[in-house]
Amino acid sequence: MNVVVCVKQTPDTAASLSVKDGRASWGDAPLVLNPWDEYAVEQALRTKETHGGKVTALSMGPTEAREALKQSLAMGCDEAVLVTDPALAEADSLVTSAALAAALRKIGDVDIAFFGKQAVDTDTGVTAAQVARRLGWPSLTLTAAIPALDPSQRSITVERMMEESRQTVRAGLPAVVSVVKEINEPRYPSFMGIRRASKAEIPVWSAADIGLTPVPAAVLSWPEMIAPPKVEVSCEFIEGATPQEIAAQLVSKLFEAKVI
Amino acid sequence: MAEKVLVYLDHFEGVAPPATWETLGAAKGLAADRQSGVAAVAVGSGLDHLAAQAIQHGADHVFLVDSPSLKDFRPEAYADIVTQQLRDQAVEVWILPTTSRTRELAAMVAVDFETGVTPDVIAWESVDGVVVATRPIYAGKLHTREVNRKRTPQILTVRSRAFPIPEPEAGRTGEVTKLAITPGHAVTEVLGYKPSEAGVSLSDASIIVSGGRGVSNNPNLSPPAEITDPKQQEIWRAQQGFALVRALASVPGAAVGASRAAVDAGYIPYANQVGQTGKVVSPDLYIACGISGAIQHQAGMRTSKAIVAINRDRDAPIFKLARFGVVGDLYDILPALTTEFATRLGKM
Repeated sequence: MNVVVCVKQTPDTAASLSVKDGRASWGDAPLVLNPWDEYAVEQALRTKETHGGKVTALSMGPTEAREALKQSLAMGCDEAVLVTDPALAEADSLVTSAALAAALRKIGDVDIAFFGKQAVDTDTGVTAAQVARRLGWPSLTLTAAIPALDPSQRSITVERMMEESRQTVRAGLPAVVSVVKEINEPRYPSFMGIRRASKAEIPVWSAADIGLTPVPAAVLSWPEMIAPPKVEVSCEFIEGATPQEIAAQLVSKLFEAKVI
Repeated sequence: MAEKVLVYLDHFEGVAPPATWETLGAAKGLAADRQSGVAAVAVGSGLDHLAAQAIQHGADHVFLVDSPSLKDFRPEAYADIVTQQLRDQAVEVWILPTTSRTRELAAMVAVDFETGVTPDVIAWESVDGVVVATRPIYAGKLHTREVNRKRTPQILTVRSRAFPIPEPEAGRTGEVTKLAITPGHAVTEVLGYKPSEAGVSLSDASIIVSGGRGVSNNPNLSPPAEITDPKQQEIWRAQQGFALVRALASVPGAAVGASRAAVDAGYIPYANQVGQTGKVVSPDLYIACGISGAIQHQAGMRTSKAIVAINRDRDAPIFKLARFGVVGDLYDILPALTTEFATRLGKM
C-alpha cells in the first residue's frame, strides 16, 4: 500500500488567542502537529503495518511546517514532503486542496490519502472532501472505523459518523479517508524515531514542482478578525442545608432565567 | 425564474434536523435584501412531507430531486445533483445547515464552481450585494469575517442554534417542483447503518448535561469484587456517575456531554465529547458536573446561554464561566436535581 497522510501545523490547543495587526496571534505558544492529524498519522501507520508498503507525510505551509512533518516522521512515517511557496501564503481551502491534489498526483500511485477531521486553527473541515473531488476519488470523511480493507480487491469499507447514526460505506481505491478521534489511539514518537526525524532531510516542493502554475488566487478574503467579547459572568453560588434545598433553589433560578 | 437564494434541506431518512429550519428562517433576511423569495432544494427518497414542512417554515419554492436510488446520502452523487441545480438556476447564494453531511457536500460543490465555502456561519450581513459572514475559528477563541467577492455562487453553511428556528405556519402555500437530475457514476456503496452512540444530538440540544473526570470520584462506592484491576474499578465508578448525569439529562430531554478527560479515561465514547477536539455546542443551558474547565473544554461550550457548574473544588476554572455554581458532591446534588426537574416539569 502506498499511503499518504496530509498534515498541518497548528498552534497548541492550550494557546490563548488574540488579534494582532488583523491576524491571529498565539503569543509564544508552541506550534504542534494538528491534534486531529495525529489520528490520521496513526491510522496510516497501522495500515502499513497490516498491509505493507510505505507512509509519506505531506504538508502544505510555511517552512516552519517542517516541524509537523518531523513529528510525523518521529511517529514512524517513512518519508515526508513539504509543499511551500510564497504564492501559497494566502491560500484558502480551495487553493490548499488544489495544491494537495497536485502533490498527491506527483507522488503518484497513491492508494489512500488520510486526513484528520479538520485543523484546530481554521476549523473549516473541508479540505479532505475538496481533495477527493479534485482527484475524482471517493470521499470517506469522518471515519470512525475501517472494518475492511482489501488491497488485492482494491476495496475499502468504513464507518462514517453522522449525527443520527454510523453509515457503513464501501468504496474502491484510491480513496480519501478523513478520520475522527474514535478510530484509534495515536502512539508517542519513539526515541529512535525522534533521532531519525531530527536528522531527516525533508524535500521541499514549490508550486511549479507540483505543476500548479499559475497558482490560483484565493477566492475568500478575511477583512476582519475579532476577539469575541469576553463573557463577563459572576457566578452566583447556590447554597443550602440539604441537596434538596440547593436543587429547589437552582431550578427556580433556571426557570426565572428562562433557560428551561 | 432565477432563484437568487437557495437553501439546502439536509435530512436523514426524510427527517430534517432543527438546523435545517433555522437555516431556512435565516435565509429570509438575505433573500429580502435581494428582493427575492427563498427557494429550497432537497435530495433523497420520499420527500413530499419534507417539502410541505419546508413551505410551512418559510420556503417559497421547493425543488425535489426524489428517487429511490438517492435514498442514502452519498456526497459525490448529491454534489453532482446540486451543482447541476445551482447552474440551471444561476443561484447567487447557496446556504446549508452545518451537519456531518453538508460540510462535505458544500466543499465538493465549491470545487465544481471553483468558488469559496464558508462553514459554521454564526452571523451575516449583505454588503454591496455580497454576504459578509462571521464564523468562529480556533474553536471560537476568535471570530473572523469572511467574504467571497470573486465568484458565484457564494456558499455558506450555518451553524446549529446560531439563528432562531422559525415557527411553522400551517396554512402557508408555496410551489413544489420535482426535478429529474441523474448523478454521475457512483463511486461508493452504502452498506447500512448502525445506531449512533451519542443519543440526543449535542449540536441541536437546547439543554446539555456534561460529566468530567469528577464523576468517578466517589470513594463510598465499592465496585463488585470480581473487578480487581484499578483502572476497571475507576471506570466502574465513572459509569455510576454517568448514570446520574444521564438520569438528569433524560428528564428535560437533554443531550449528554463529556470533557476530554472523561473520554480519554474511557468513561464514555468520543461521540459525547464537548470541546476543541470534540463538539462545539451552544445550548440554552449547560450543566457541567465534575468538570474543572480546561481552556479546550471552555472553547467548546462558552457560548452557552447559561452555564451551571457543579464541582467539589470552589477554585475550579469552570466557575469563572458559570452563571450559577454549586460547590458540592455531584453524587448528592444530581439525584436531588433530577427529582426537582421532574417535579417542576410535571414528569413525576
